[in-house]
Amino acid sequence: MAEQSLRKAPLGGFHGGSAAAHVTAAGPATRLSLRAGADAVPALSKALGLDLPTKPKTSASLNGRHALWLGPDEWLVIDESGADLTALAAKAAVLHSAVDISHRNTAVLVAGTKAAEAIASGSPHDLSPKVFPVGACARTVLGKIEVVIFRTGEQEYRVECWRSFAPYAFALLAEGAEDAGL
Amino acid sequence: MLLIHCPYCEEERSELEFRHGGDAHIARPTNIADISDEEFEEFFFLRDNPKGLIFERWRHVHGCGRFFNAARDTVSDKFYASYKAGEPKPDLPGISPATEKTVETYEATEGTAK
Repeated sequence: MAEQSLRKAPLGGFHGGSAAAHVTAAGPATRLSLRAGADAVPALSKALGLDLPTKPKTSASLNGRHALWLGPDEWLVIDESGADLTALAAKAAVLHSAVDISHRNTAVLVAGTKAAEAIASGSPHDLSPKVFPVGACARTVLGKIEVVIFRTGEQEYRVECWRSFAPYAFALLAEGAEDAGL
Repeated sequence: MLLIHCPYCEEERSELEFRHGGDAHIARPTNIADISDEEFEEFFFLRDNPKGLIFERWRHVHGCGRFFNAARDTVSDKFYASYKAGEPKPDLPGISPATEKTVETYEATEGTAK
């Protein structure tokens, strides 16, 4: 009998954090690394069903789909329901580059009263509400790795990192959460 | 920690997110096949190493990923200004690069080494 192969989540079974900052692995999602010029933004926005943000550090969200501004011509699109984003982007008949990075990235969710402190233990990025309100996002560093921090709520953050770095990111955030909870 | 203003992100970010990219405003020759070896060496290899004001390329590699230019002091590490790639050098009143007269050389301060 053929053995069925099972997909193992990059952070399957990881747990950590503290009462002040919960650290959990995010569920599977499809992701798109999208590069396009300013003239292609309206058509791509229509194809993806949400307005691609053009202001630095802002994002757009609709029904579990998020478009994060990473650079002047670069976005990270995340769909938590698993929609085929590359096929959607391909419907826009404008010049763009869309690379499926669903399995390159994974995410750690940090939530709680001291979630920002937990992230700040490893990241130099300013997470104060004045410059990083709900919906803000930024590519920055966490310890020795590159991450994308996305503020999904007043006390909730999504930290996107490359899957091979995920155990490092998770351990660092869990350690930070423990320290923040002291 | 040094904070560097990224003209594309429009805010100051930690130096950890940046990479240095060498001198800015280097005019590449348009007739590369015609120039002599000496002229090629001049533009390709030889760079000034000024004391004080320098114009450099920087890349916000762990942020927006963009190259931009910045005016920096090589002694104090202070960033005077940063501006988008392709823009001309900004006016920096009162700040000028060091000249041979203002650089303290060993010979000038300590005498000739014997």
